[in-house]
Amino acid sequence: MSEHEYVPKSKAGKWFNDRLPLLTLGAHLTDYPTPKNLNYWWTFGGILTFCLITQIVTGIVLAMHYVAHADLAFASVEHIMRDVNYGWLIRYIHSNGASMFFLAVYIHIFRSLFYGSYKSPREVIWIIGLMIYLLMMAAAFMGYVLPWGQMSFWGATVITNLFSAIPLVGDSITTWLWGAYSVDNPTLNRFFSLHYLIPFLILGLVVLHIWALHVPGNNNPVGIDIKKPSKDTVPFHPYITIKDAFALLVFMIIFAGFVFFTPNVLGHSDNYIPANPLVTPAHIVPEWYLLPFYAILRSVPDKLGGVILMFGAIFILFVLPWLDTSKVRSAIFRPIYRQFYWIFVLDVLMLGYVGAMPAEGIYLVLARVGTIYYFAHFIIVMPVVGLLEKTDPIPMSISEPVLTGGAEPSLARKVNDKV
Amino acid sequence: MIKFNIKLLVLSFLLLISLRPLQSAEMVDPIKVDWSFKGLTGTFDRASLQRGFQVYKEVCASCHSMQYLSYRNLGEPGGPEFSEQEVKAIAASFEIEDGPDSQGEMFTRPGKPSDKFKSPYPNVQAATAANGGAYPPDMSVLVKARKGGANYIYSVLVGYEDPPPGVTLDDGVYYNKYMAGNKIKMPNNLMDGLVEYADGTESSVDQMAKDVTTFLAWAAEPELEERHRTGVKVIIYLILLTTLVYLSMKKIWSRVDTEV
Repeated sequence: MSEHEYVPKSKAGKWFNDRLPLLTLGAHLTDYPTPKNLNYWWTFGGILTFCLITQIVTGIVLAMHYVAHADLAFASVEHIMRDVNYGWLIRYIHSNGASMFFLAVYIHIFRSLFYGSYKSPREVIWIIGLMIYLLMMAAAFMGYVLPWGQMSFWGATVITNLFSAIPLVGDSITTWLWGAYSVDNPTLNRFFSLHYLIPFLILGLVVLHIWALHVPGNNNPVGIDIKKPSKDTVPFHPYITIKDAFALLVFMIIFAGFVFFTPNVLGHSDNYIPANPLVTPAHIVPEWYLLPFYAILRSVPDKLGGVILMFGAIFILFVLPWLDTSKVRSAIFRPIYRQFYWIFVLDVLMLGYVGAMPAEGIYLVLARVGTIYYFAHFIIVMPVVGLLEKTDPIPMSISEPVLTGGAEPSLARKVNDKV
Repeated sequence: MIKFNIKLLVLSFLLLISLRPLQSAEMVDPIKVDWSFKGLTGTFDRASLQRGFQVYKEVCASCHSMQYLSYRNLGEPGGPEFSEQEVKAIAASFEIEDGPDSQGEMFTRPGKPSDKFKSPYPNVQAATAANGGAYPPDMSVLVKARKGGANYIYSVLVGYEDPPPGVTLDDGVYYNKYMAGNKIKMPNNLMDGLVEYADGTESSVDQMAKDVTTFLAWAAEPELEERHRTGVKVIIYLILLTTLVYLSMKKIWSRVDTEV
């Protein structure tokens, strides 16, 4: 990125760097020109990296004490809580950490939606991010199964049964996933294995996510292309590192509040009842971060249709960069889209809420309306608003907030062309 | 305008949250008790824990297991904190099956502090069969396993009533105001003066229910006191560090003309 090539000062450094340019990479990461107007919504990338590392470190320690067996799993978790030194702390960090991870990732995704960070030239960053999100959901779901409580068992039963909706081969696939004819010990064993694997896949994708980010550089709240480096940018270190550190610490205070004072409020009390295949809980609900998709699943009277819509709700995000027809990135300059954006946020929150309620009466109606709107937002609102909307004037650069005459995004482009 | 929208968002969300009680409309809200272990610095009432253990041992333990607890836990900090001698005596009052010995035989011996609480039945099936088809749940994590937690357990213990007219109960089924569905297979085992408290406290039903619930709350979360203590320290530390980092950030960003 920078004009001059980095050269290590010491001879040994140069010798090593010629063979593996790790020091050049380090220099690139510290010098990396970052838009200086990034707001706090941009700190969640760093927070998410922290969440991932926290989950991996606590998870590795938990795995040293956990036993992945249907007869022993529940007892081994209690062993961690009672007999392992600070086991309660490690487990509560891990279980609440999952929720904090999703809280951060949702803020990160909705930030991207508001400021148009998924748009050209950042589509690949967006798609890798969605792959991370999918793997996160898989990891979280399998992790929730491991304590082998009632919600673990019945959650696993409901979710794996979804695959039986696939025509012809559905039942065979489900049996194959279970490794048995119902959710049982083989299921628990493989879920543990996959739960340990997936975080490292996520870690690999995170590296690609950041790599892909460092090609075009960060988007920013104004959403215009900027010259790098320039008056509009600051070096990543110390400016962004210190800001990320501050935001991370605030996040950690909230995190600690959950861990130390209400460690079980985000979980379901039924999961402290050992799994019992003969007793079905009154309401089977997933963890809060999966509730909107659960609501979509249950809003369709047909099982296969529900499964298709649920997966469709995620996969439609993959084509979002091409559904959004607007040339302007940031919603700050899109008065119409901005309104729809907030309606969409409310729609997702409402879906999450009805996902926790029994699928009947008013809740079912709300779930159906919410589901229809969810898809309408992407299929109708995004393309149509992008074409019809008259956007507000866009500044030429971050430092010089000189507004152009009209809503002409090409002017911002021209600035970029000169670079 | 963004700020306005965020406010709107928060308000709508709070509205949604406030609607939540609709969910459990069929259940009576449990009685709210001002437990000493609630709140950020809550601790257990030591005397109440010791009395609660007595109620558990003399009343509950004849049907309910507590398989994840060991006798040594009774002497550990943050719990009932019985003395070492008392813990040994409590453990020794139980006959524990051990073995096999060098001859391959199982044998019984007096309990040791390292033993797990002795269960009243050899397995779940035996417990179920002996209790009219209803398994008396293991009480190790019962407070965490019920919505409403300690309040709910206490409410059920004091919630026995005569069934309202029109409700007929089968043999061995009792009416309880707070139990989900109002039907419970556990009889009302508490009556005034049932146990003789070692510390002379009057053993009213309410007192025993509170004491045993406190004991169960500790059993489910034996780390609670340490958790609260550590939590306060961690958060104070984080707030101090956050302040320092904030000031550093302000200083560093003062070099550029951007608000941070």
